[in-house]
Amino acid sequence: MNRFRENALIGVSWACGLILSGIFFLLVAYLAHQGAGVIDVKLLFGETPPLQALLLQQRVFDGLFPAMVGTFLLVCLSIVLAVPLGVATGIYMAEYAGARVKNLFNLVFDVLAGIPSILVGLFGFALAIFLHKHFSNRIQPCLLISALALAFLVLPYIIRTTQAALEGIPGETRLTALALGATKPQNLFHVLIPQSLSGMLSGLILAIGRCAEDTAVIMLTGVVVTAGVPTSLLGPYEALPFYIYYISSQYAGPEELLRGYGASLILLLLCTMLFFAAFLIKKRLTYLALYRP
Amino acid sequence: MIGPSERATERILLVSAAVSASVTVLILGFMLVMALPLLRGGGLFSLLTQHWEPGKGLYGIYPLLVTTAGISSLSLLLAFPLSLGCACLIGLYGQRPPGTLLRRIVQLMTGVPTVVYGFVGIFVLVPLIREFFQTGSGMCLLTGALMLSVLIAPTMILFFQDSFERVPRSHLAAADALGADRAQKLLYVVLPAARRGILVGVILAFGRAAGDTLIALMLAGNAVQVPGSVLDSVRTLTAHIALVIAADYESPEFRSIFACGLILYLFITVITVLVRRLAMPESGERP
Repeated sequence: MNRFRENALIGVSWACGLILSGIFFLLVAYLAHQGAGVIDVKLLFGETPPLQALLLQQRVFDGLFPAMVGTFLLVCLSIVLAVPLGVATGIYMAEYAGARVKNLFNLVFDVLAGIPSILVGLFGFALAIFLHKHFSNRIQPCLLISALALAFLVLPYIIRTTQAALEGIPGETRLTALALGATKPQNLFHVLIPQSLSGMLSGLILAIGRCAEDTAVIMLTGVVVTAGVPTSLLGPYEALPFYIYYISSQYAGPEELLRGYGASLILLLLCTMLFFAAFLIKKRLTYLALYRP
Repeated sequence: MIGPSERATERILLVSAAVSASVTVLILGFMLVMALPLLRGGGLFSLLTQHWEPGKGLYGIYPLLVTTAGISSLSLLLAFPLSLGCACLIGLYGQRPPGTLLRRIVQLMTGVPTVVYGFVGIFVLVPLIREFFQTGSGMCLLTGALMLSVLIAPTMILFFQDSFERVPRSHLAAADALGADRAQKLLYVVLPAARRGILVGVILAFGRAAGDTLIALMLAGNAVQVPGSVLDSVRTLTAHIALVIAADYESPEFRSIFACGLILYLFITVITVLVRRLAMPESGERP
């Protein structure tokens, strides 16, 4: 009787594992099958000569180039906005906050981490309306507003990874410099932060992935289907995930649909690569930090 | 003893933390202010119970609430056994290929863009459902729930697995001493001890499912109605927010999306507090 339960557990576990990995491989195989043949220079640049497109001399119409540039700029901007604030907050939480403040802020950041991305997008949208009404009517949903909203979306990730990396440093390492007469900031900047760099970096890369893939935030804060390469922070822009969403519901013909597959595959590859980068950095840098010659 | 530069450092860090924390409050504030005209004078009750018929001046979000609850529950129902099974497989073969490989795949799945799940769902799952049930467009509550379950499964698996690993070594050593094999240890020691962790994982996954936008938006059909069956086309709270783009920023139609936002915000807060309550006494620290 009991033997049966134990065997059933093993059997069911195997079945579940196979089903889930099966779903994942089907998804990847399907996208690779449909999209691999499409990925070439023409997918990115359409009929425009690549060099002229890259130098921004000529606009790309039937290619993914503007969307990729848009996503790239968006990611860079939001990371630039989010990292200083997030890292500083993480350091405060790990090194300075008293027990009660820490408890309260932990709750606040947990809530922030849980807020659905569409709400962050809605917030960005409302912010744009608010600024439009009260400050300058040049402000509308745009690249800058999207980047700001995305920065808020990934802020809790960066805080958490920074905090966790610092808190993971063993007590002896923490005390050595202090015992030698270093001040608290000296200890922080010369010992603790270098020690926890790998954890912070892998968190950063995961945040980049989150920025690159998120669709819900940007669809409310200024992304459009055709805008070309963005020329101003206050203007509309294109982005890869939104392009995929748009194609899935509005594709005009098989050629556009194929471009959608290509875009999906590119986005999937990008996120997978970021994932492995985060993974490797965590391993490699930890190794470097621990076994320095 | 504390020098000025030390104090400055601390002050800068404190200000950063305060700014970060205020973002959370600011989001709530914006939702509240924008939704306020609708909520005033008993508006909340009619908002939560009425139907959505802008033509007749009805802006209730009752159908959206029911749909969000329904689609999240169904996806959880589908994903929970699958996730528990996967977590058990990783638990059974911890350091050996089946376990490590599956763990790697699951981690990788957490990085797959939601929009890609939606895209593949439209071109693979939707036709399948349409052919199989021979009804409608194939975009329905069931399709959304199926894809959502794939989305939330990795979250649950990693959380379950984490709580398995936090079972004290001494318990396992005791089972070893009694001659228990892998399956026996998992079934009689690890699973009962990790019960609370499993509950927390389920609650987190429920929040994730209710908060996701793209899957429901792309696969569930987006008709505003109380679902009568799993094959009905439906719209969730999140998809509603994404879809209403009103030209008039003062209209009740536009205000209603902030009410949706407010409800989602409060829901997530409740879930967060619940998770913290449940997770705290077990480990003595944050989940």
